[in-house]
Amino acid sequence: MADTAGTSKETRSRKSFLDTLEVDTRLLGMIGAFVVLCLVFNVFTDGRFLTPRNVFNLSIQTVSVALMATGMVFIIVTRHIDLSVGSLLATCSAVMAMTQTVVTPDWLGLGLNNPLTAPIALIVGLICGAAIGAFNGWLVGYLTIPAFIVTLGGLLVWRNVAWYLTNGQTIGPLDANFRLLGGINGTMGETGSWIVGVVALVAALLALVSARRSKKAHNFPVKPLWAEVVLGLLIAVVILGFVALLNAYQIPENRLERMFEARGETMPEGYSEGYGIPYSVLLLIFVAVVMTIVARKTRLGRYIFATGGNPDAAELSGVNTRLLTVKVFALMGFLCALAAAVASARLTFHSNDIGTLDELRVIAAAVIGGTALAGGIGTIYGAILGALIMQSLQSGMAMVGVDAPFQNIVVGAVLVLAVLIDILYRKRTGAK
Amino acid sequence: MVDRSGTPLVELRDISIAFGGIKAVDHVSVDLYPGEVVGLLGHNGAGKSTLIKCLSGAYKQDTGDVFINGERATINNPRDARGYNIETIYQTLALADNLDAASNLFLGREITTPLGLVDESRMEAETRKVMGRLNPNFRKFNAPVSALSGGQRQSVAIARAVYFNARILIMDEPTAALGPQETEMVAELIAELKKQGLGIFLIDHDVHQVKRLCDRAAVMKNGELVGTVEVDKVSTDDILAMIIAGKKPDHLAA
Ligand SMILES: Nc1ncnc2c1ncn2[C@@H]1O[C@H](COP(=O)(O)OP(=O)(O)OP(=O)(O)O)[C@@H](O)[C@H]1O
Ligand SMILES: [Mg+2]
Repeated sequence: MADTAGTSKETRSRKSFLDTLEVDTRLLGMIGAFVVLCLVFNVFTDGRFLTPRNVFNLSIQTVSVALMATGMVFIIVTRHIDLSVGSLLATCSAVMAMTQTVVTPDWLGLGLNNPLTAPIALIVGLICGAAIGAFNGWLVGYLTIPAFIVTLGGLLVWRNVAWYLTNGQTIGPLDANFRLLGGINGTMGETGSWIVGVVALVAALLALVSARRSKKAHNFPVKPLWAEVVLGLLIAVVILGFVALLNAYQIPENRLERMFEARGETMPEGYSEGYGIPYSVLLLIFVAVVMTIVARKTRLGRYIFATGGNPDAAELSGVNTRLLTVKVFALMGFLCALAAAVASARLTFHSNDIGTLDELRVIAAAVIGGTALAGGIGTIYGAILGALIMQSLQSGMAMVGVDAPFQNIVVGAVLVLAVLIDILYRKRTGAK
Repeated sequence: MVDRSGTPLVELRDISIAFGGIKAVDHVSVDLYPGEVVGLLGHNGAGKSTLIKCLSGAYKQDTGDVFINGERATINNPRDARGYNIETIYQTLALADNLDAASNLFLGREITTPLGLVDESRMEAETRKVMGRLNPNFRKFNAPVSALSGGQRQSVAIARAVYFNARILIMDEPTAALGPQETEMVAELIAELKKQGLGIFLIDHDVHQVKRLCDRAAVMKNGELVGTVEVDKVSTDDILAMIIAGKKPDHLAA
């Protein structure tokens, strides 16, 4: 008897501790699951899972799907779905590959590895992605064809447009500057990474302070100061820890020597340098921040969530929900193009099967990250964490040596299980 | 006493709209003067909500015209209606359940900071102010609207309609879910808005309420207008007879 009383009191005080911090308990649960996953894999791989090298690889493998998952959040929040993202990625990748291997060097006469090549290819790809996305959105929003059908058709159409554009051939190698987006070929180095880490930290802390100030200015209740400090410290540990880990991954000596040679210098004895943050990861972080601001702080984001919660109410409140659909799909297409740049740069070439099955990974990431298919609910950070969890599962199992069929069986089962847990969680907390 | 000598604030002329074969509204004309409250009465499915939705921009009438201040108004969607300072409390409330009260109140008209970002704190502060007048017991400012009671949700919908300086207010059964105290506050609010010169269409099934709050009552039946009467000149029984029998009492027919 006394025992039960003790535990219930304890849970209550623990709950109120979390309440005081005002952190999203769902997010906490996901982070917890992720940490457990990493620790388990780390044990089974004899400590190979949590090495700087593997963390580096994991993060660059996640970027492409995570970029698209942030857009998929908006799509699903507005009660739509996009099954064509993998194919759209392929088309954008094909367009960018053709632009940099045929259009700029031959047609425009810029030659190989011209500094203009990468930006031109990227811009052409992004415009192409946004335009195709907008077209999808127009079919859904204005012609009221269900998104499921439009994008199921798109899945076939764009995969084969990519094929047609390249005659089914592998196009490469891609422009040297373009490849910087790929990950291992484009990193910030140790100093650059620290600078980025510190800037990010300062920005995060400033955001905390200004949120508190603005609440205080309106006499709204604020958390106790210690809670803010704890939160700030947590953020600092995560950001700086991540930077330290990526910096700890050392560039191999022969590669460093080549880098010095390329600059016409000789490498000093005993010189060493870490990779630091890959540009692709920096891009993902940037996109995540922008998309979060869009979701929470802009009218567009408000309308996206309102439309998902009650499309009629949004329309009656003066939101142009048709145009909104076009915008959301255009944004999705834009992000597919960005993901295509990262994915093809990582491979250093465009291949015909690039992005195959990515639609499933992207949707799974968003859903594992807490985006409700019924619409109206979803977070950007959740989707990115979802992508990270999926990627960790996949590569962790590969490292442990799980057979390929079992890998996919587990990933599929995890997706279903994650949604079940989510349903149970929402029921218990009474959230909808 | 309402001055009806000038041009009416709103004139719905010969409005018809059909859904499939059903004539939901059939050649109905009603007008509304500044500082006037016109009650719309009728049985369930009489066409009251459909009629006012032609004014609020939710529907586009098949035939007929809307005049505002004597000029023909083109209202193709709710944004157009807002442009004419028409605010509506829908029977269904039209709230986004996943958002909190402030987000709903300012939906489509968010307050932004100079940077163009949504100013949540200010919106919440403003929401607290209006809700303080409408429903002082309201506390759930940070919960999604789905977590509110029916009456609390209705208060949010009312707050949204009165916050933005409407000139024409449409209230479709605004007190259906409200308790007696809250209903009384809405009645006071209507009287106050009327004094400020707003024109109000009030749809309500409670005949006593209509007699108390309205200047005129328009009764509909099966999509058609039975008649419009000045409430002071008729008894509640007369109005009830119009609703049920569908024709004006003999002593008023002339
Ligand atoms: N969107 C629609 N599609 C088809 N029929 C409709 C639609 N909206 C209304 N109707 C029909 O039009 C008629 C009038 O409906 P309306 O909602 O205007 O009634 P009401 O007078 O507001 O009734 P209540 O008192 O129940 O609110 C009804 O027969 C209804 O079935
Ligand atoms: Mg109605």
